[in-house]
Amino acid sequence: MSGVRRHYSLMLLAAVLLLLPLVLPNNFYYDIVIRMAINAIIALGLNLLIGFAGQISLGHAGFIGIGAYASAILPTHFGWHPLLAMAAGAAIASSIAAILARPIFRLKGQYLAMATLGMGIIIAIVIKNEAAYTGGPDGMPVAPIGLMGFEIAGEKQWYWVLAATLLFSFWAAKNLIDSPFGRALRALHGSEVAAQVMGVDIVRYKVAIFVLSAFFASLMGSVTAHYIGFVTPNIADFFHSIELVTMVVIGGMASIYGSLIGAVLLTALPQALSTFEGWETVVFGSILMTCMIFMPKGLVPTLAARFGRNGREDP
Amino acid sequence: MLPQFLQFLFSGITVGATYALAALGFTLIYNASNVINFAQGEFIMLGGMLVFYFMQAGLPLPVAVALAIAIPAVVGMLLEKLAIEPARDAEVVTLIIITIGASLVIRGLIQIWLGKGAHSYPGFSGSDPIHIGGATLLPQSLWVLGVTALVVVALWYFFSRTLAGKAILATSCNRLAAELVGINTQWVLLVSFALSAALGAIGGVLLTPITLTSYDVGIMLGLKGFVAAVVGGLGSGLGAVLGGLLVGVIEAMAAGYISSAYKDAVPFILILFILFFMPRGILGAQVTERV
Amino acid sequence: MALLEVDNLSKAFGGVKAVQDVSFAVERGLVYSVIGPNGAGKTTLFNLITGIYTPSEGDIRLEGQSIAGIAPHALALKGMARTFQNLQVCMNMTALENVMVGAHLQLDRNLVKAMLRFPGLARRDRELRDEARELMRFVGLESYWNLGASSMPYGALKRLEIARALAAKPQILFLDEPAAGLNSRETAEIDELVRKVADNNVTVVLVEHDMKMVMNISDRILVLDYGKKLTEGTAREVRENPDVIAAYLGSNV
Ligand SMILES: Nc1ncnc2c1ncn2[C@@H]1O[C@H](COP(=O)(O)OP(=O)(O)OP(=O)(O)O)[C@@H](O)[C@H]1O
Ligand SMILES: [Mg+2]
Repeated sequence: MSGVRRHYSLMLLAAVLLLLPLVLPNNFYYDIVIRMAINAIIALGLNLLIGFAGQISLGHAGFIGIGAYASAILPTHFGWHPLLAMAAGAAIASSIAAILARPIFRLKGQYLAMATLGMGIIIAIVIKNEAAYTGGPDGMPVAPIGLMGFEIAGEKQWYWVLAATLLFSFWAAKNLIDSPFGRALRALHGSEVAAQVMGVDIVRYKVAIFVLSAFFASLMGSVTAHYIGFVTPNIADFFHSIELVTMVVIGGMASIYGSLIGAVLLTALPQALSTFEGWETVVFGSILMTCMIFMPKGLVPTLAARFGRNGREDP
Repeated sequence: MLPQFLQFLFSGITVGATYALAALGFTLIYNASNVINFAQGEFIMLGGMLVFYFMQAGLPLPVAVALAIAIPAVVGMLLEKLAIEPARDAEVVTLIIITIGASLVIRGLIQIWLGKGAHSYPGFSGSDPIHIGGATLLPQSLWVLGVTALVVVALWYFFSRTLAGKAILATSCNRLAAELVGINTQWVLLVSFALSAALGAIGGVLLTPITLTSYDVGIMLGLKGFVAAVVGGLGSGLGAVLGGLLVGVIEAMAAGYISSAYKDAVPFILILFILFFMPRGILGAQVTERV
Repeated sequence: MALLEVDNLSKAFGGVKAVQDVSFAVERGLVYSVIGPNGAGKTTLFNLITGIYTPSEGDIRLEGQSIAGIAPHALALKGMARTFQNLQVCMNMTALENVMVGAHLQLDRNLVKAMLRFPGLARRDRELRDEARELMRFVGLESYWNLGASSMPYGALKRLEIARALAAKPQILFLDEPAAGLNSRETAEIDELVRKVADNNVTVVLVEHDMKMVMNISDRILVLDYGKKLTEGTAREVRENPDVIAAYLGSNV
């Protein structure tokens, strides 16, 4: 792809992000869009792992929880600077991912699903039980974040921070996919043996992408915590993990813009479903099933194929 | 000292038996279709909730139990027919999400129908504890263990002695080959889902008088059943039973001796250890993948 | 010293002895073929040499160094490349990208540099794109270069695997039945291609059932039967060997 075409879709995304404030009527909508952006960034990292590298994680909320609680606990109880706390959270999450990944990635998909699920649940239980630090099931408040005296506050400021982060994430993810590293990842998804005989150390690559996605999940956990100003253990629980995987799969595995669409839809869905009073779970479950049965490849790839792009999906 | 240990052991194997049934359900479906059915736990929940409902409606216990096993079996078949069958060639993650969607639908419906409260019903043979070595054992525990043992024997008979059972085994070995020798693999899938749902429901029916039930117990029970199946080497029936008992006992011991707050974490810590040090579970086979 | 030496190599799968006590050596620059009836252990032999299976017994040496039990990705670093009997094309990528993966080891694989698209890395990637297209032309696939691998016909995929293997610039190339399932015109093209590869100083080890191709192209031939080495020699020696004729009775040697 040539330089200009490479960035075509990114420029479109940038334009949308620039113009969006013109149509957002009030803070309620800003809030939804901010949550969409946060989810999109996490889903993007997860899509690198699930969609591009073909590995499952059912415990990513655990990493988000680590980031969120690092940002909540370290400044409150130990007086750390929020940025340092955020970095520490990301370091802890990546280390756990790395330690876990080495042995697990020698195994096949189902075991990986089990291991990541187990890890996520353990993290969630620890958060719930260590009430002295975490506030237990009730959660705890989070100090605001700022740099050099400037404090990020209010939906509008957060919007611009997240719009920039989102844009950067998509640019970086696009670069990654279209690089030797990214091709190796996609190759091992396509055929592990083929990738191996071409010199790809598949375990190393799987570990690397798992750690990377954990790293970003943790960072976004910290951002969420600071943005909302409060954390509860729900952020780390199994359902949150599933929600994130669903964003990836519904939007479209191995599709960058799929992650965006998936995140937008799944963030908006609960709002839309609140009119169903009591039936939310049933409707949500039905939507998951129907989408997966009729569009197993996810929205974006299915639509791209429908509108004839010759099987060559722009990643 | 000893009575306490016995007490933990009793409660461990009682819960473990339920995990074993769930694990057998996982194994059955996994073998027949390579699907990991995350809705398995909902069948456990259904079993308990349905007995509660039918008994409240005035039906005698045996009828309530029969219905509480039959209905989940039908739900299992519907799940296979309507959701798994149409998505057969999808990726593992996609199938996982479908079953998670199904589990949300099931528990959502139950929540609407029977509410959010916790329910129970009396044990089948009263609730006068039996005293053994200073520990107490509920008669219901004997029901749990007895029925589980019976189910295991029945399954063993089914798979080794009947044509239907062998057809299922053949399909799990090699689907294409099974089709070529004339086995109706669609039917096999249907039976596997029905059977596995029934197994889960039996566990729920038996355990509820001891532990209570509510619309949302399925997820944890199901996940622990999954742990048990993996501990046993995912795919091995005997492994699933041993895995279930092991998970139940270790969980009870850890809850009793170490920390009851971390009770729910124990199976997952166990599974991480096993995956680290015994990557194929206790009874999993070693195979070289063909290239 | 021969480029590749195999000593008393054995591999058993449970009770099946797929390869038994096989020894041979491949000199640099030759086309060396391995033939034998179905199930003779040819693919298993390739899998052992390229590190996909670990040998039950025996040793494999490349340039005098033992490589038995070394992981495939580490062997790629030593200049080994291969194709597969049952296609192992990455269907989630384009044809061109498949070939580009072949050059994996010659590239900067740094994760951070990739995300930030460092200029050097981007430039090398563009060059590689051209090289990969050149390779696709070499194997006769120029018209497919921008297509997804999943929309290519079988015969093209077979050649795509060869292009991918060549992108690794190997010193020794293992081809497992490159002409299987192809019609006679396509087979002739593969024959031609293998010659061109060999002319470019790549040692070729070939498994093939098409006897015309094997007999024409090979400098030496190893015959396997039930996992055992039946004989080894030039095309003529092999053709006239009574054991080989017996093993192939009914087929057109
Ligand atoms: N991973 C494996 N597990 C178990 N048995 C195997 C495995 N790979 C090969 N075999 C067995 O080893 C024997 C040799 O198989 P191999 O594929 O090497 O034969 P081949 O000579 O390549 O045959 P063909 O000409 O049909 O490709 C066969 O009996 C096969 O079933
Ligand atoms: Mg072969």
